[in-house]
Amino acid sequence: MPKSARPSREPVVQAAPQLQALDQVSLEIAEGEFFGLLGPNGAGKTTLISILAGLARADRGVVKVLGHDVQSDFAQARRKLGVVPQELVFDPFFNVRELLRIQSGYFGVKNNGAWIDELLESLGLADKATANMRQLSGGMKRRVLVAQALVHKPPVIVLDEPTAGVDVELRQTLWQFVARLNKQGHTVLLTTHYLEEAEALCGRIAMLQRGRLVALDTTSDLLKAASSNVLRFKLDGDLPAALAAQARVTGRVVQLPAHDALEVERHLSAVREAGLIAQDIEIRKADLEDVFLDVMTRGNGGVQ
Amino acid sequence: MNGWQTLFYKEVLRFWKVAFQTIAGPVLTAMLYLLIFGHALEDHVKVYDQVSYTAFLVPGLAMMSLLQNAFANSSSSLIMSKVMGNLVFLLLTPLNYWHWFVAYVGASVVRGLVVGLGVFLVALPFAAIGFAAPLWILVFAVMGAALMGVLGLIAGLWAEKFDQLAAFQNFVVMPMTFLSGVFYSIHSLPAFWQAISHFNPFFYMIDGFRYGFFGVSDVSPWLSFSVVGCTLLLVSATCLQLLRTGYKLRH
Repeated sequence: MPKSARPSREPVVQAAPQLQALDQVSLEIAEGEFFGLLGPNGAGKTTLISILAGLARADRGVVKVLGHDVQSDFAQARRKLGVVPQELVFDPFFNVRELLRIQSGYFGVKNNGAWIDELLESLGLADKATANMRQLSGGMKRRVLVAQALVHKPPVIVLDEPTAGVDVELRQTLWQFVARLNKQGHTVLLTTHYLEEAEALCGRIAMLQRGRLVALDTTSDLLKAASSNVLRFKLDGDLPAALAAQARVTGRVVQLPAHDALEVERHLSAVREAGLIAQDIEIRKADLEDVFLDVMTRGNGGVQ
Repeated sequence: MNGWQTLFYKEVLRFWKVAFQTIAGPVLTAMLYLLIFGHALEDHVKVYDQVSYTAFLVPGLAMMSLLQNAFANSSSSLIMSKVMGNLVFLLLTPLNYWHWFVAYVGASVVRGLVVGLGVFLVALPFAAIGFAAPLWILVFAVMGAALMGVLGLIAGLWAEKFDQLAAFQNFVVMPMTFLSGVFYSIHSLPAFWQAISHFNPFFYMIDGFRYGFFGVSDVSPWLSFSVVGCTLLLVSATCLQLLRTGYKLRH
């Protein structure tokens, strides 16, 4: 378990034209944090992770993992980092155990059998240890990706959309395992589009939009700062234009931010004036998805 | 095993697992060349007085197979990992560019030598072949395989798709190996093509290699050694530079 200094990451400044520009994104993640990196597709999450992992290079700026610069001291930086890539990639020549042994070897880790067994066990892969990668289902391949990232016991774990297209069972296995590692002291950096997961897991969250940092706070403060309530109802027909701009519409379900009773009344009267009837009305607390949408619509705002 | 040794081991294990395709296949192909060309040309071509044509052919075929397979090993391994995307697992490791170089080229040398030896052993019953200078045999075998392993690594780095790699193989590697004197002595060529052949490093690899068996060759083995050695240094420097800068590997 990590005993060394807290992971500090200083500003990443990037202006490489061939990459999505990361403009003054500056993050620091402390030891033992479960940190969420959120943002729409193309916001720069994966670019940031790639730079951190040494898969891409920033033109300028400092990026460090546990004090090791990811370019000048890349060997040490990469030893500290376990990255689960977003794409479901695998080597078709080997079976699961062989792959994990090989991956350990790349990091110079010897006699890693016990830890490999533990990984296989924890990720529900024990009975697949001798199966060739080609024979595994997508979900099983995803588990192997996680195992490969953790095989050298990295103090910092980076999960790049690990649950994209993954079934419920694997998600639960994965989150239980990652939460356990986090409790043991591992620092976790997570990107995901599942905001429910981020809300439940992450202590602190950064939101990126078009390569800029648009929000950075603890999850609880982000939720507190958000418009506190959401008015939710079902509607047959088109929402009046005045409301459509701020509404979250999913099929018949309309969700509108509402701070107080006055605003609730105003929304409902607008619906009534349009000659429509709101059904199944409820008012609930704002969740991370509301915060996220709110931050993204405000768009051009800087760091809060 | 440390990092580069693991990569080397993995690269060897990769071709060993599909040995039927990566070793037995090339050996069979070389055998077909030997049977067909040997049979058809035995009585028509005389290269050196004391050496039968089939005997002349064997080292050439062994070297040709060695070179092609050394090239195929590093290039196909790299392009496959690139296309499949699993190269990321290697990019995430602390291995530096020397580690990559030594491991990939080392595995290519092993595959080249195994195939070359295979061809030679299978061809032995067909011709009487001597060992005039065994050290030269070893030197040219290893240097040739290393050179092709490095070229394969460069091609694998450069290519983004399988067809680009196939183009490199079909339009560069194949012509250069076939036009290097595997099937003939370049002295039998017209002056113009003889001159051209002298610019082909593959010619020196095969000529020097053959010297090790027969003690006769078109040019001095020392000249061949110098040419092959310089070429090897040149392509190695290029390859190391590409790996160091992360050419097409790290954006």
